[in-house]
Amino acid sequence: MLDALSFPFIQNALIAGLLVSMASGIIGSLIVVNRMVFLAGGIAHTAYGGIGMAVFLGLPIFLGASVFAVAAALIISVITLKHRERMDTFIGLMWAVGMAVGVVLIDLTPGYNADFMSYLFGSILAVSQSDLYFMGGLLAGIIIIMTFWYRDILAVSYDSEYANLRGINVKFFYTLILVLSALTVVVAIKVVGLILVIALLTIPVYIAEKLSNTLYMMMTLSGIFSSIFTVIGLAISYEYDIASGASIILVSAISLFLFLGFNRFMLK
Amino acid sequence: MSVVIEIKNLSFSYHKQKILENINLTVKEKDFLAIIGPNGGGKSTLLKLILGINPVKEGTIRTFGEVPKKNLSKIGYVPQNTNVNTDFPIKVIEVVLMGHIGTKKPLFGYAKEETMCAMGALAQVGMEKFANVKIGELSGGQRQRVMIARALCAHPQILILDEPTSSIDIDGQKQIYELLKELNSYITIIVVSHDISVIMKYANSVVHINKKLTHHDTSSSNHFCEVKMFNRFKEKK
Repeated sequence: MLDALSFPFIQNALIAGLLVSMASGIIGSLIVVNRMVFLAGGIAHTAYGGIGMAVFLGLPIFLGASVFAVAAALIISVITLKHRERMDTFIGLMWAVGMAVGVVLIDLTPGYNADFMSYLFGSILAVSQSDLYFMGGLLAGIIIIMTFWYRDILAVSYDSEYANLRGINVKFFYTLILVLSALTVVVAIKVVGLILVIALLTIPVYIAEKLSNTLYMMMTLSGIFSSIFTVIGLAISYEYDIASGASIILVSAISLFLFLGFNRFMLK
Repeated sequence: MSVVIEIKNLSFSYHKQKILENINLTVKEKDFLAIIGPNGGGKSTLLKLILGINPVKEGTIRTFGEVPKKNLSKIGYVPQNTNVNTDFPIKVIEVVLMGHIGTKKPLFGYAKEETMCAMGALAQVGMEKFANVKIGELSGGQRQRVMIARALCAHPQILILDEPTSSIDIDGQKQIYELLKELNSYITIIVVSHDISVIMKYANSVVHINKKLTHHDTSSSNHFCEVKMFNRFKEKK
Protein backbone atom coordinates (compact mmCIF):
# COMPACT_ATOMS: atom_id res chain seq x y z
CA MET A 1 0.00 0.00 0.00
CA LEU A 2 2.84 2.39 0.81
CA ASP A 3 3.96 2.37 -2.83
CA ALA A 4 0.73 4.24 -3.55
CA LEU A 5 2.35 7.26 -1.95
CA SER A 6 4.60 7.65 -4.96
CA PHE A 7 1.65 8.70 -7.12
CA PRO A 8 1.28 12.50 -7.21
CA PHE A 9 -2.51 12.30 -7.10
CA ILE A 10 -2.35 10.20 -3.93
CA GLN A 11 0.06 12.70 -2.38
CA ASN A 12 -2.29 15.52 -3.30
CA ALA A 13 -5.22 13.60 -1.85
CA LEU A 14 -3.40 13.09 1.43
CA ILE A 15 -2.34 16.73 1.73
CA ALA A 16 -5.84 17.89 0.82
CA GLY A 17 -7.33 15.48 3.34
CA LEU A 18 -5.10 16.81 6.12
CA LEU A 19 -5.65 20.50 5.28
CA VAL A 20 -9.41 20.08 5.09
CA SER A 21 -9.45 17.97 8.25
CA MET A 22 -7.72 20.68 10.25
CA ALA A 23 -9.99 23.39 8.84
CA SER A 24 -13.14 21.37 9.44
CA GLY A 25 -11.98 20.47 12.95
CA ILE A 26 -11.67 24.14 13.89
CA ILE A 27 -14.75 25.39 12.07
CA GLY A 28 -16.80 22.28 12.87
CA SER A 29 -16.19 23.01 16.57
CA LEU A 30 -17.55 26.54 16.11
CA ILE A 31 -20.53 25.22 14.15
CA VAL A 32 -21.37 22.70 16.86
CA VAL A 33 -20.99 25.00 19.88
CA ASN A 34 -23.02 27.69 18.12
CA ARG A 35 -25.69 25.13 17.18
CA MET A 36 -25.34 25.96 13.50
CA VAL A 37 -25.29 22.45 12.03
CA PHE A 38 -28.49 22.96 10.07
CA LEU A 39 -27.16 26.30 8.82
CA ALA A 40 -24.00 24.61 7.57
CA GLY A 41 -26.17 22.03 5.78
CA GLY A 42 -28.08 24.82 4.10
CA ILE A 43 -24.87 26.52 3.02
CA ALA A 44 -23.48 23.25 1.62
CA HIS A 45 -26.52 22.61 -0.53
CA THR A 46 -26.77 26.21 -1.67
CA ALA A 47 -23.14 25.91 -2.75
CA TYR A 48 -24.27 23.33 -5.28
CA GLY A 49 -25.95 26.15 -7.17
CA GLY A 50 -22.53 27.78 -7.36
CA ILE A 51 -20.98 24.60 -8.70
CA GLY A 52 -23.66 24.52 -11.42
CA MET A 53 -22.98 28.15 -12.26
CA ALA A 54 -19.23 27.57 -12.44
CA VAL A 55 -19.69 24.58 -14.74
CA PHE A 56 -22.13 26.51 -16.94
CA LEU A 57 -19.89 29.56 -17.26
CA GLY A 58 -16.66 27.61 -17.41
CA LEU A 59 -15.28 29.17 -14.22
CA PRO A 60 -13.19 27.44 -11.56
CA ILE A 61 -15.47 25.27 -9.40
CA PHE A 62 -14.10 26.62 -6.12
CA LEU A 63 -14.83 30.16 -7.20
CA GLY A 64 -18.45 29.46 -8.12
CA ALA A 65 -19.10 27.40 -5.02
CA SER A 66 -17.42 29.98 -2.76
CA VAL A 67 -19.47 32.85 -4.17
CA PHE A 68 -22.74 31.01 -3.61
CA ALA A 69 -21.74 29.67 -0.20
CA VAL A 70 -20.57 33.05 1.10
CA ALA A 71 -23.71 34.72 -0.28
CA ALA A 72 -25.77 32.06 1.49
CA ALA A 73 -23.84 32.70 4.71
CA LEU A 74 -24.48 36.45 4.50
CA ILE A 75 -28.20 35.94 3.82
CA ILE A 76 -28.47 33.50 6.74
CA SER A 77 -26.61 35.95 8.94
CA VAL A 78 -29.06 38.76 8.13
CA ILE A 79 -32.07 36.49 8.60
CA THR A 80 -30.90 35.08 11.94
CA LEU A 81 -30.15 38.53 13.26
CA LYS A 82 -33.48 39.99 12.10
CA HIS A 83 -36.08 37.22 11.84
CA ARG A 84 -34.80 34.42 13.99
CA GLU A 85 -38.21 32.77 14.27
CA ARG A 86 -38.43 32.16 10.50
CA MET A 87 -34.87 30.99 10.10
CA ASP A 88 -35.57 27.29 9.49
CA THR A 89 -38.01 28.10 6.70
CA PHE A 90 -35.52 30.33 4.90
CA ILE A 91 -32.69 27.84 5.24
CA GLY A 92 -34.87 25.01 3.94
CA LEU A 93 -35.77 27.22 0.99
CA MET A 94 -32.15 28.07 0.17
CA TRP A 95 -31.20 24.43 0.62
CA ALA A 96 -33.64 23.25 -2.06
CA VAL A 97 -33.37 26.18 -4.46
CA GLY A 98 -29.56 26.06 -4.41
CA MET A 99 -29.64 22.39 -5.38
CA ALA A 100 -32.25 22.98 -8.09
CA VAL A 101 -30.25 25.82 -9.64
CA GLY A 102 -27.16 23.62 -9.67
CA VAL A 103 -28.94 20.69 -11.33
CA VAL A 104 -30.57 22.87 -13.99
CA LEU A 105 -27.36 24.72 -14.86
CA ILE A 106 -25.40 21.48 -15.18
CA ASP A 107 -28.17 20.08 -17.43
CA LEU A 108 -27.98 23.17 -19.59
CA THR A 109 -24.23 22.92 -20.03
CA PRO A 110 -23.62 21.50 -23.50
CA GLY A 111 -21.38 18.48 -23.75
CA TYR A 112 -21.05 18.19 -20.02
CA ASN A 113 -22.23 14.90 -18.65
CA ALA A 114 -21.72 13.12 -15.39
CA ASP A 115 -19.16 14.16 -12.80
CA PHE A 116 -22.33 15.17 -11.09
CA MET A 117 -21.68 12.46 -8.50
CA SER A 118 -18.21 13.75 -7.71
CA TYR A 119 -19.66 16.88 -6.11
CA LEU A 120 -22.24 14.97 -4.18
CA PHE A 121 -19.81 12.42 -2.82
CA GLY A 122 -16.41 14.06 -3.14
CA SER A 123 -13.49 13.63 -5.50
CA ILE A 124 -10.43 13.84 -3.33
CA LEU A 125 -8.34 11.86 -5.84
CA ALA A 126 -8.90 14.63 -8.38
CA VAL A 127 -7.45 17.42 -6.23
CA SER A 128 -5.22 19.73 -8.24
CA GLN A 129 -2.26 21.83 -7.19
CA SER A 130 -4.33 25.01 -7.24
CA ASP A 131 -7.00 23.34 -5.08
CA LEU A 132 -4.29 22.70 -2.52
CA TYR A 133 -3.30 26.38 -2.50
CA PHE A 134 -6.91 27.35 -1.90
CA MET A 135 -7.21 24.86 0.98
CA GLY A 136 -3.89 25.87 2.51
CA GLY A 137 -4.76 29.55 2.24
CA LEU A 138 -8.10 29.00 3.92
CA LEU A 139 -6.57 27.00 6.77
CA ALA A 140 -3.93 29.69 7.32
CA GLY A 141 -6.63 32.37 7.33
CA ILE A 142 -8.72 30.43 9.84
CA ILE A 143 -5.76 29.91 12.17
CA ILE A 144 -4.80 33.60 12.04
CA ILE A 145 -8.37 34.74 12.73
CA MET A 146 -8.79 32.27 15.59
CA THR A 147 -5.48 33.30 17.15
CA PHE A 148 -6.21 37.01 17.23
CA TRP A 149 -9.93 36.93 17.94
CA TYR A 150 -10.13 33.81 20.06
CA ARG A 151 -11.55 35.46 23.15
CA ASP A 152 -14.11 37.48 21.22
CA ILE A 153 -15.25 34.43 19.26
CA LEU A 154 -15.34 32.42 22.49
CA ALA A 155 -17.44 35.08 24.22
CA VAL A 156 -19.86 35.40 21.31
CA SER A 157 -20.23 31.62 21.03
CA TYR A 158 -20.72 31.03 24.74
CA ASP A 159 -23.00 33.91 25.65
CA SER A 160 -23.73 36.36 22.86
CA GLU A 161 -25.99 38.61 24.96
CA TYR A 162 -23.27 39.11 27.55
CA ALA A 163 -20.63 39.59 24.85
CA ASN A 164 -22.80 42.37 23.44
CA LEU A 165 -22.94 44.04 26.85
CA ARG A 166 -19.15 43.90 27.07
CA GLY A 167 -18.87 45.88 23.86
CA ILE A 168 -18.05 43.00 21.50
CA ASN A 169 -19.47 43.36 17.99
CA VAL A 170 -21.62 40.22 18.08
CA LYS A 171 -23.09 40.68 14.59
CA PHE A 172 -19.63 40.93 13.06
CA PHE A 173 -18.30 37.80 14.71
CA TYR A 174 -21.47 35.84 14.05
CA THR A 175 -21.22 36.71 10.36
CA LEU A 176 -17.51 35.91 10.38
CA ILE A 177 -18.18 32.44 11.80
CA LEU A 178 -20.81 31.83 9.10
CA VAL A 179 -18.54 33.00 6.28
CA LEU A 180 -15.66 30.83 7.50
CA SER A 181 -18.12 27.93 7.74
CA ALA A 182 -19.19 28.56 4.14
CA LEU A 183 -15.61 28.49 2.85
CA THR A 184 -14.80 25.39 4.88
CA VAL A 185 -17.89 23.67 3.53
CA VAL A 186 -16.68 24.44 0.00
CA VAL A 187 -13.29 22.78 0.50
CA ALA A 188 -14.86 19.88 2.40
CA ILE A 189 -17.13 19.25 -0.60
CA LYS A 190 -13.98 18.38 -2.56
CA VAL A 191 -12.99 15.78 0.01
CA VAL A 192 -16.22 14.08 1.05
CA GLY A 193 -18.88 15.69 -1.16
CA LEU A 194 -21.71 17.93 -0.15
CA ILE A 195 -23.98 15.12 1.04
CA LEU A 196 -21.39 14.05 3.60
CA VAL A 197 -20.02 17.47 4.57
CA ILE A 198 -22.10 17.64 7.72
CA ALA A 199 -20.69 14.34 8.95
CA LEU A 200 -17.11 15.56 8.53
CA LEU A 201 -17.96 18.78 10.38
CA THR A 202 -19.71 17.09 13.29
CA ILE A 203 -18.51 13.52 14.00
CA PRO A 204 -14.89 14.30 15.01
CA VAL A 205 -16.16 17.40 16.81
CA TYR A 206 -18.64 15.41 18.83
CA ILE A 207 -15.92 13.06 20.09
CA ALA A 208 -13.59 15.99 20.82
CA GLU A 209 -16.29 17.87 22.74
CA LYS A 210 -16.56 15.04 25.26
CA LEU A 211 -12.82 15.12 25.90
CA SER A 212 -12.25 18.87 26.03
CA ASN A 213 -12.26 21.48 28.75
CA THR A 214 -11.72 24.38 26.41
CA LEU A 215 -12.80 25.42 22.95
CA TYR A 216 -9.16 25.55 21.88
CA MET A 217 -8.63 21.95 22.93
CA MET A 218 -11.86 20.91 21.21
CA MET A 219 -10.69 22.47 17.95
CA THR A 220 -7.25 20.86 18.15
CA LEU A 221 -8.60 17.42 19.00
CA SER A 222 -11.27 17.65 16.30
CA GLY A 223 -8.61 18.47 13.73
CA ILE A 224 -6.45 15.54 14.87
CA PHE A 225 -9.33 13.03 14.91
CA SER A 226 -10.56 14.26 11.57
CA SER A 227 -7.07 13.85 10.08
CA ILE A 228 -6.76 10.31 11.43
CA PHE A 229 -10.19 9.32 10.09
CA THR A 230 -9.40 10.85 6.71
CA VAL A 231 -6.09 9.04 6.33
CA ILE A 232 -7.55 5.68 7.41
CA GLY A 233 -10.60 6.25 5.21
CA LEU A 234 -8.38 7.03 2.23
CA ALA A 235 -6.26 3.93 2.83
CA ILE A 236 -9.36 1.71 2.97
CA SER A 237 -10.76 3.41 -0.09
CA TYR A 238 -7.52 2.71 -2.00
CA GLU A 239 -7.22 -0.89 -0.79
CA TYR A 240 -10.80 -1.95 -1.52
CA ASP A 241 -11.50 0.44 -4.36
CA ILE A 242 -14.53 2.14 -2.78
CA ALA A 243 -15.63 5.80 -2.80
CA SER A 244 -13.22 7.83 -0.66
CA GLY A 245 -15.78 10.27 0.81
CA ALA A 246 -18.10 7.54 2.02
CA SER A 247 -15.15 5.55 3.32
CA ILE A 248 -13.90 8.50 5.40
CA ILE A 249 -17.34 9.12 6.86
CA LEU A 250 -17.87 5.45 7.73
CA VAL A 251 -14.49 5.28 9.47
CA SER A 252 -15.51 8.39 11.46
CA ALA A 253 -18.92 7.00 12.33
CA ILE A 254 -17.54 3.61 13.44
CA SER A 255 -14.95 5.43 15.57
CA LEU A 256 -17.73 7.49 17.12
CA PHE A 257 -19.71 4.39 18.05
CA LEU A 258 -16.63 2.70 19.49
CA PHE A 259 -15.87 5.85 21.47
CA LEU A 260 -19.41 6.12 22.82
CA GLY A 261 -19.44 2.44 23.75
CA PHE A 262 -16.05 2.72 25.42
CA ASN A 263 -17.15 5.88 27.21
CA ARG A 264 -20.25 4.21 28.52
CA PHE A 265 -18.88 0.88 29.68
CA MET A 266 -15.27 1.54 30.55
CA LEU A 267 -15.19 5.01 32.03
CA LYS A 268 -18.04 4.60 34.47
CA MET B 1 -26.17 58.70 49.88
CA SER B 2 -25.96 59.50 46.23
CA VAL B 3 -28.42 58.43 43.57
CA VAL B 4 -27.00 55.83 41.18
CA ILE B 5 -30.04 55.14 38.99
CA GLU B 6 -32.84 57.56 38.26
CA ILE B 7 -35.82 56.58 36.12
CA LYS B 8 -38.43 59.16 35.20
CA ASN B 9 -41.75 58.66 33.39
CA LEU B 10 -40.44 55.61 31.58
CA SER B 11 -42.72 53.74 29.18
CA PHE B 12 -41.84 50.92 26.85
CA SER B 13 -43.78 49.13 24.14
CA TYR B 14 -42.97 46.04 22.14
CA HIS B 15 -44.93 45.32 18.96
CA LYS B 16 -47.38 48.08 19.90
CA GLN B 17 -48.06 46.39 23.22
CA LYS B 18 -47.27 48.36 26.34
CA ILE B 19 -44.84 46.47 28.53
CA LEU B 20 -44.06 49.27 30.97
CA GLU B 21 -45.89 52.50 31.56
CA ASN B 22 -44.90 55.56 33.45
CA ILE B 23 -42.24 54.06 35.68
CA ASN B 24 -40.54 56.27 38.24
CA LEU B 25 -37.77 54.80 40.33
CA THR B 26 -34.72 56.03 42.21
CA VAL B 27 -31.95 53.72 43.36
CA LYS B 28 -29.42 54.99 45.87
CA GLU B 29 -25.89 53.86 46.55
CA LYS B 30 -25.70 50.57 48.50
CA ASP B 31 -29.41 49.91 48.17
CA PHE B 32 -30.51 46.30 47.99
CA LEU B 33 -33.49 46.62 45.69
CA ALA B 34 -35.78 43.74 44.80
CA ILE B 35 -38.00 43.94 41.74
CA ILE B 36 -40.85 41.49 42.05
CA GLY B 37 -43.90 40.73 39.98
CA PRO B 38 -45.41 38.03 37.83
CA ASN B 39 -43.82 36.56 34.71
CA GLY B 40 -44.37 38.81 31.72
CA GLY B 41 -44.87 41.78 34.03
CA GLY B 42 -41.99 43.70 32.48
CA LYS B 43 -39.23 43.06 35.03
CA SER B 44 -36.63 41.79 32.60
CA THR B 45 -37.56 44.53 30.15
CA LEU B 46 -36.82 47.15 32.78
CA LEU B 47 -33.39 45.59 33.39
CA LYS B 48 -32.64 45.60 29.68
CA LEU B 49 -33.50 49.28 29.54
CA ILE B 50 -31.22 50.05 32.48
CA LEU B 51 -28.43 48.06 30.83
CA GLY B 52 -28.91 49.86 27.54
CA ILE B 53 -29.77 46.64 25.66
CA ASN B 54 -33.16 48.05 24.73
CA PRO B 55 -33.33 51.70 23.67
CA VAL B 56 -35.32 54.13 25.81
CA LYS B 57 -37.99 55.85 23.73
CA GLU B 58 -40.32 57.41 26.27
CA GLY B 59 -39.08 58.90 29.52
CA THR B 60 -35.54 58.90 30.82
CA ILE B 61 -33.09 56.61 32.56
CA ARG B 62 -29.91 57.99 34.05
CA THR B 63 -27.22 55.76 35.52
CA PHE B 64 -24.67 57.81 37.44
CA GLY B 65 -26.27 60.87 35.89
CA GLU B 66 -25.70 59.78 32.28
CA VAL B 67 -27.45 57.69 29.62
CA PRO B 68 -27.13 53.94 30.33
CA LYS B 69 -24.77 53.18 27.41
CA LYS B 70 -22.10 55.44 28.92
CA ASN B 71 -21.77 53.56 32.17
CA LEU B 72 -21.94 49.90 31.20
CA SER B 73 -18.61 49.20 32.89
CA LYS B 74 -19.98 50.36 36.23
CA ILE B 75 -22.84 47.88 36.11
CA GLY B 76 -22.33 44.15 36.54
CA TYR B 77 -25.03 41.93 35.09
CA VAL B 78 -25.94 38.32 35.87
CA PRO B 79 -28.40 37.09 33.23
CA GLN B 80 -31.23 34.66 33.68
CA ASN B 81 -30.92 30.97 32.75
CA THR B 82 -27.27 30.33 33.36
CA ASN B 83 -27.96 26.62 32.98
CA VAL B 84 -28.15 26.72 29.21
CA ASN B 85 -25.27 25.58 27.06
CA THR B 86 -23.70 23.40 29.76
CA ASP B 87 -22.00 21.17 27.17
CA PHE B 88 -19.89 24.09 26.06
CA PRO B 89 -16.19 23.29 26.48
CA ILE B 90 -15.13 26.24 28.60
CA LYS B 91 -13.34 26.50 31.91
CA VAL B 92 -14.68 28.51 34.85
CA ILE B 93 -11.82 30.99 34.66
CA GLU B 94 -12.51 31.66 30.97
CA VAL B 95 -16.14 32.46 31.73
CA VAL B 96 -15.05 34.93 34.41
CA LEU B 97 -12.49 36.52 32.08
CA MET B 98 -15.35 37.46 29.72
CA GLY B 99 -16.40 39.98 32.32
CA HIS B 100 -13.52 42.28 31.43
CA ILE B 101 -14.63 45.20 29.41
CA GLY B 102 -13.04 45.06 25.97
CA THR B 103 -10.53 47.87 26.24
CA LYS B 104 -6.90 47.06 26.97
CA LYS B 105 -6.57 43.61 25.45
CA PRO B 106 -3.27 41.95 24.63
CA LEU B 107 -2.71 40.85 21.02
CA PHE B 108 -3.76 37.34 21.91
CA GLY B 109 -4.56 35.37 25.04
CA TYR B 110 -5.17 37.03 28.39
CA ALA B 111 -3.01 39.55 30.24
CA LYS B 112 -1.60 38.52 33.60
CA GLU B 113 -3.51 41.27 35.43
CA GLU B 114 -6.74 40.09 33.83
CA THR B 115 -6.24 36.55 35.06
CA MET B 116 -5.29 37.78 38.54
CA CYS B 117 -8.35 39.96 38.64
CA ALA B 118 -10.59 37.10 37.51
CA MET B 119 -9.11 34.85 40.20
CA GLY B 120 -9.84 37.59 42.73
CA ALA B 121 -13.46 37.72 41.62
CA LEU B 122 -13.70 33.94 41.94
CA ALA B 123 -12.27 34.16 45.45
CA GLN B 124 -14.94 36.74 46.34
CA VAL B 125 -17.64 34.21 45.57
CA GLY B 126 -15.71 31.28 47.08
CA MET B 127 -15.13 29.48 43.81
CA GLU B 128 -11.36 29.92 43.30
CA LYS B 129 -10.73 26.17 43.63
CA PHE B 130 -12.87 25.53 40.58
CA ALA B 131 -11.01 27.86 38.22
CA ASN B 132 -9.90 25.09 35.86
CA VAL B 133 -13.06 22.99 36.00
CA LYS B 134 -15.34 22.76 32.97
CA ILE B 135 -18.39 24.93 33.58
CA GLY B 136 -20.82 22.07 32.81
CA GLU B 137 -19.46 20.02 35.72
CA LEU B 138 -20.65 22.52 38.33
CA SER B 139 -23.99 22.46 40.12
CA GLY B 140 -26.56 25.15 39.37
CA GLY B 141 -25.64 27.12 42.49
CA GLN B 142 -21.92 26.96 41.79
CA ARG B 143 -22.49 28.06 38.23
CA GLN B 144 -24.52 31.02 39.45
CA ARG B 145 -21.59 32.04 41.69
CA VAL B 146 -19.31 31.92 38.67
CA MET B 147 -21.70 34.22 36.79
CA ILE B 148 -21.61 36.62 39.74
CA ALA B 149 -17.81 36.48 39.66
CA ARG B 150 -17.93 37.31 35.94
CA ALA B 151 -20.03 40.36 36.72
CA LEU B 152 -17.67 41.38 39.57
CA CYS B 153 -14.66 41.10 37.27
CA ALA B 154 -15.04 44.66 35.98
CA HIS B 155 -15.37 46.08 39.54
CA PRO B 156 -18.94 47.30 39.13
CA GLN B 157 -20.66 49.72 41.48
CA ILE B 158 -24.05 48.18 40.78
CA LEU B 159 -24.78 44.48 40.46
CA ILE B 160 -27.97 43.49 38.64
CA LEU B 161 -29.24 39.92 38.80
CA ASP B 162 -32.16 38.51 36.80
CA GLU B 163 -33.85 35.61 38.62
CA PRO B 164 -30.58 34.46 40.18
CA THR B 165 -32.06 31.52 42.06
CA SER B 166 -34.75 30.26 39.69
CA SER B 167 -33.06 26.91 39.02
CA ILE B 168 -31.18 26.34 42.26
CA ASP B 169 -32.06 24.18 45.27
CA ILE B 170 -33.03 25.77 48.59
CA ASP B 171 -29.56 25.57 50.18
CA GLY B 172 -27.95 27.01 47.08
CA GLN B 173 -30.48 29.87 47.07
CA LYS B 174 -29.70 30.81 50.63
CA GLN B 175 -25.96 30.82 49.90
CA ILE B 176 -26.47 33.08 46.90
CA TYR B 177 -28.47 35.58 48.98
CA GLU B 178 -25.94 35.48 51.81
CA LEU B 179 -23.25 36.22 49.25
CA LEU B 180 -25.26 39.13 47.86
CA LYS B 181 -25.75 40.48 51.35
CA GLU B 182 -22.00 40.44 51.86
CA LEU B 183 -21.36 42.18 48.54
CA ASN B 184 -24.00 44.75 49.45
CA SER B 185 -21.60 46.27 51.99
CA TYR B 186 -19.90 48.03 49.10
CA ILE B 187 -22.03 47.43 45.98
CA THR B 188 -25.57 48.47 45.11
CA ILE B 189 -27.62 45.38 44.36
CA ILE B 190 -30.73 44.98 42.22
CA VAL B 191 -32.40 41.57 42.11
CA VAL B 192 -35.31 40.60 39.90
CA SER B 193 -37.32 37.72 41.27
CA HIS B 194 -40.78 36.30 41.51
CA ASP B 195 -39.83 34.52 44.70
CA ILE B 196 -41.16 37.04 47.19
CA SER B 197 -40.63 35.13 50.44
CA VAL B 198 -36.84 34.86 50.17
CA ILE B 199 -36.19 38.30 48.80
CA MET B 200 -38.06 40.07 51.61
CA LYS B 201 -35.43 38.91 54.10
CA TYR B 202 -32.55 40.49 52.25
CA ALA B 203 -33.78 43.49 50.31
CA ASN B 204 -34.11 46.91 51.90
CA SER B 205 -36.55 48.12 49.30
CA VAL B 206 -38.99 46.24 47.10
CA VAL B 207 -40.69 47.33 43.90
CA HIS B 208 -43.62 45.48 42.38
CA ILE B 209 -44.01 45.65 38.64
CA ASN B 210 -47.01 44.19 36.87
CA LYS B 211 -48.39 44.89 33.45
CA LYS B 212 -52.18 44.91 33.36
CA LEU B 213 -54.23 44.70 30.24
CA THR B 214 -56.53 47.65 29.73
CA HIS B 215 -59.63 45.90 28.65
CA HIS B 216 -59.58 43.56 31.62
CA ASP B 217 -59.22 46.24 34.20
CA THR B 218 -61.44 49.27 34.44
CA SER B 219 -61.01 50.09 38.09
CA SER B 220 -57.49 51.42 37.88
CA SER B 221 -56.65 54.75 36.39
CA ASN B 222 -53.23 53.40 35.55
CA HIS B 223 -54.31 50.68 33.17
CA PHE B 224 -51.31 48.98 31.70
CA CYS B 225 -48.95 48.72 34.51
CA GLU B 226 -48.56 49.66 38.07
CA VAL B 227 -45.53 50.19 40.16
CA LYS B 228 -45.85 50.03 43.89
CA MET B 229 -43.01 51.09 46.07
CA PHE B 230 -42.57 49.47 49.44
CA ASN B 231 -39.70 51.59 50.50
CA ARG B 232 -37.62 50.45 53.43
CA PHE B 233 -39.72 47.36 53.74
CA LYS B 234 -37.60 45.94 56.52
CA GLU B 235 -37.91 49.02 58.69
CA LYS B 236 -41.67 48.74 58.59
CA LYS B 237 -41.40 45.13 59.72
